[in-house]
Amino acid sequence: MQLQRISPAWDGCKVIYATTRSEYFAEILKSSANRNQTEPVFETFVAANRWQKIRLLIQLIQILWIIVKHRPDFVVSTGAASGYFALRIGKLTGAKTIWLDSIANSEELSLSGQKVSKYADLYLTQWEHLANPDQGGPLFKGAVI
Amino acid sequence: MIFVTVGHELGFDRLIRAVDIWSQSQDVQVFGQLAELTPESYRPQNFDYVDYLGPTEYQKKFDQAELIISHAGMGTIITAQTTGKPLLIMPRRGQLKETRNDHQVATARKFCGKSGIFVADDETVFPNVIKVALEAVHTADRPSASEFAEPALLDALRHFIKENG
Repeated sequence: MQLQRISPAWDGCKVIYATTRSEYFAEILKSSANRNQTEPVFETFVAANRWQKIRLLIQLIQILWIIVKHRPDFVVSTGAASGYFALRIGKLTGAKTIWLDSIANSEELSLSGQKVSKYADLYLTQWEHLANPDQGGPLFKGAVI
Repeated sequence: MIFVTVGHELGFDRLIRAVDIWSQSQDVQVFGQLAELTPESYRPQNFDYVDYLGPTEYQKKFDQAELIISHAGMGTIITAQTTGKPLLIMPRRGQLKETRNDHQVATARKFCGKSGIFVADDETVFPNVIKVALEAVHTADRPSASEFAEPALLDALRHFIKENG
């Protein structure tokens, strides 16, 4: 949902959306068609939280596979372990990486957001009071709403 | 109709119980999307509910409702603000293990006072807040948020993609 709200940023680009839920693909297709974007490609991977170690491992392998298959020039994520994996792997394959920490993280940066900082070429928070670019923290440029 | 939703990850018994107790003495239809239902989960006595709704069904309930009641989750807040729906939020608490920390308390504080958003800090003030919210449903201004992110954020992202493309 947050990625969809920043989707005008990639008008004119070929885009792959990788999520845990395929139910949202129809809506994303409609929205990208409305903006005359190239029809996006969709990939899914398993959901996992930080305590589900085996699911996390499966997720890591799936994301690795998706990135090797598509070799993106940019990797963009708003969060969670899956976003952390995607940025790390993307970085290894030479992609430029963008982390936009989820707007849900209003009190502190997400754990994945804190860990991903040195692998994000563009590192953003959506809360002005969490911006701290001088100490290696994120920039604030605005929010998805 | 009032649509109650708690996101699709964790249940939120404290909110559901508050709505259930309140709706007992009300002549209003309520429908709940309660997320994960375990044997211990609170089950409402006074309104219909499901655990999960697909996006289409969810959208339909959202459209039909005159008021949305929810946890202080950004997904619901964004949907309510962009569709101009009045929204009552109660934040989950980290201390009560309703989520990992108090981020929803900060979110609720941030959106408190925004047009069309009503914040109940906890279940004790819920009956008063819903009264205010329902009174405001037919009178309050409801400016819808834009379909997309703030222009400055989009510009920053576009600029970065252009510079590195």
